[in-house]
Amino acid sequence: MRRLMLFKMAFTSIASNKIRTFLTMLGIIIGISSVITLVGLGEGTKKKVQEQIESLGTNLITVNITSRRTKGLSDEDIELIKTKPGIKNVAPLLNQNGIIVKSGTKTYSTTVEASTPEYFGIRKLEVESGRKLEKDDIESRGTVAVIGQDIVIELFPLQNPIGQSINIQGVDFTIVGVLKSQGSSVGGSGDDRVIIPITTAKRLFKTDEVRTIYIEGTSRDDTQLARGYLELYFNNRFKGDTSQYRVFDQTSLLETATKTTESMTLMLMGIAAISLLVGGIGIMNIMLVAVIERTREIGIRKAMGAKRRDIMIQFLIESSTVSLMGGVFGVISGYILANFLKSMLNMSVYISFNVVLFAVVFSIFVGIFFGIYPASRASKLNPIDALRYE
Amino acid sequence: MDQVEHHKDRGDLMDNKEKVIIMNNVGKVYSTGKNKYRALNGVNLEIEKGEFVAIVGPSGAGKSTLMNLIGCLDTLTEGEYYLDGISIGNMKDNQLAEIRNRKIGFIFQTYNLINKLNVLENVELPLIYMGTPINETRKRAISALQKLGLESHLRHKPTELSGGQMQRVAIARAIVTNPEIILADEPTGALDSKTGLEVLNILKDLNKEGNTIVLITHDMNIALNAKRIITVKDGVIVSDSYVENLKEVGVCED
Repeated sequence: MRRLMLFKMAFTSIASNKIRTFLTMLGIIIGISSVITLVGLGEGTKKKVQEQIESLGTNLITVNITSRRTKGLSDEDIELIKTKPGIKNVAPLLNQNGIIVKSGTKTYSTTVEASTPEYFGIRKLEVESGRKLEKDDIESRGTVAVIGQDIVIELFPLQNPIGQSINIQGVDFTIVGVLKSQGSSVGGSGDDRVIIPITTAKRLFKTDEVRTIYIEGTSRDDTQLARGYLELYFNNRFKGDTSQYRVFDQTSLLETATKTTESMTLMLMGIAAISLLVGGIGIMNIMLVAVIERTREIGIRKAMGAKRRDIMIQFLIESSTVSLMGGVFGVISGYILANFLKSMLNMSVYISFNVVLFAVVFSIFVGIFFGIYPASRASKLNPIDALRYE
Repeated sequence: MDQVEHHKDRGDLMDNKEKVIIMNNVGKVYSTGKNKYRALNGVNLEIEKGEFVAIVGPSGAGKSTLMNLIGCLDTLTEGEYYLDGISIGNMKDNQLAEIRNRKIGFIFQTYNLINKLNVLENVELPLIYMGTPINETRKRAISALQKLGLESHLRHKPTELSGGQMQRVAIARAIVTNPEIILADEPTGALDSKTGLEVLNILKDLNKEGNTIVLITHDMNIALNAKRIITVKDGVIVSDSYVENLKEVGVCED
């Protein structure tokens, strides 16, 4: 009952000076809304990255031959790898960046990826029209190509590209398929590429060094097993020199990406924490002024029997109520701001209940922490002096 | 001298009466750095339940200090003080607050109402600090305000009231806890003579109902409304007499 009345009195005080209360709150509002916005953006980005990585397939293992001193992988390697347990499919990748492709007078610089039909399955690539690469294309070293949406826009803006031909380094390729749009993702646009048979590419680029292979595990659980066998295989092949190759799966990629966004979120939160600190000091400042202004009121209350604790609690309730209200408004404005950024800048935003709860609890804490000193000063006033104060 | 004798005689007769205030050889010394200032010296005072006492004296005589001590707003530096049988001498801040809350009702010259609280909330204040249940708080505050004819002003802010009304709110606040003593410090000081008289009549009525009242004033005419007058000068009590006796010996015109 007594506490309830103290709360009511605190609200009366806060309501009696609305503009000041609002200005005091502003620091907290800005602090909390920046926390909400930044964390919301950070979490949103993290979620998006995770989704993209997962959409690539969680059964995916990638092997890169990183050393230039060794030769790339041969067809025998690939055949051997295929026999390892837990492995469903293997696709070698020969990939050349900055290749100029031509169609008539138009030219466009893109990435040429050369692989096998399995590549489409492992990387979850679908065609919008036409067909994917087929076994026959590989065996016959066919001059056929599947192109991404960016190539369509650049070279065949107003026509059906299927059946048209593009020229890659002097060789004409017939377009047999167009990939579905992938959207941009980690590691560049999925739409900016031309896929050709690996056998054709080996002749075209005069190389037979495959430095990247994609492997699909039979299941999510088997992927780790398969990875183990792969590590073993490459360890043998490179005689224990682990610096020459890298084996990684989506799980580890996911972890790296998560860590990166988390450290970014943490940094942003640090900045937000500083603004909350400033807001808290603002509260302390105003509360100190309020104590002086209300010296006489404190004297009256003490004469009427208020104990130190009663005065202390009253001022703490006032400061924490101001900061709590600031916190609530901050959450609301942060939510609005984050959604504004989402729609204006096409950023992904995710505001979790935990973050909101944390923001609200933290704002109460700020109010109490920065209210303690002013409240304790108020509680120690001598009633006689306070009553005499004009 | 004569009157003091009289008082003592009466005091012996009424010895069985409950003594609300007993002060034995009370002194108060203020020290600011090296300077020491003696505000009260060797004060002996007994006030019984139901008395109406006026403490008079010129400004600087020590009556404010005496009032602060009686009201437990300040601690004494010498002697003993018993309020309702409780020794106040060595009490700490919070204990003094509790004593003020339960035993004393204050009425000030400048009313000392909290302007942002309404009339009802102002009167409820001491009960809230007492920890009274909310329903009872409201009931008691309303009945105290009814007694002073303010039931139609419950939701008004003090600043919307006249001086006399504000002082009546303060009186309601003083009596709402049924204190042992009502301590009125120049209660008419800020009022015109007509309203001042009204306030004094309220105090007289409260005294008739059995309340113990201590009135601090510099004005003899106001002090004469009490039943007993204590004169303080230079930090000591120089006279202590009953008004009816004063009138008998013709010290003042009736």
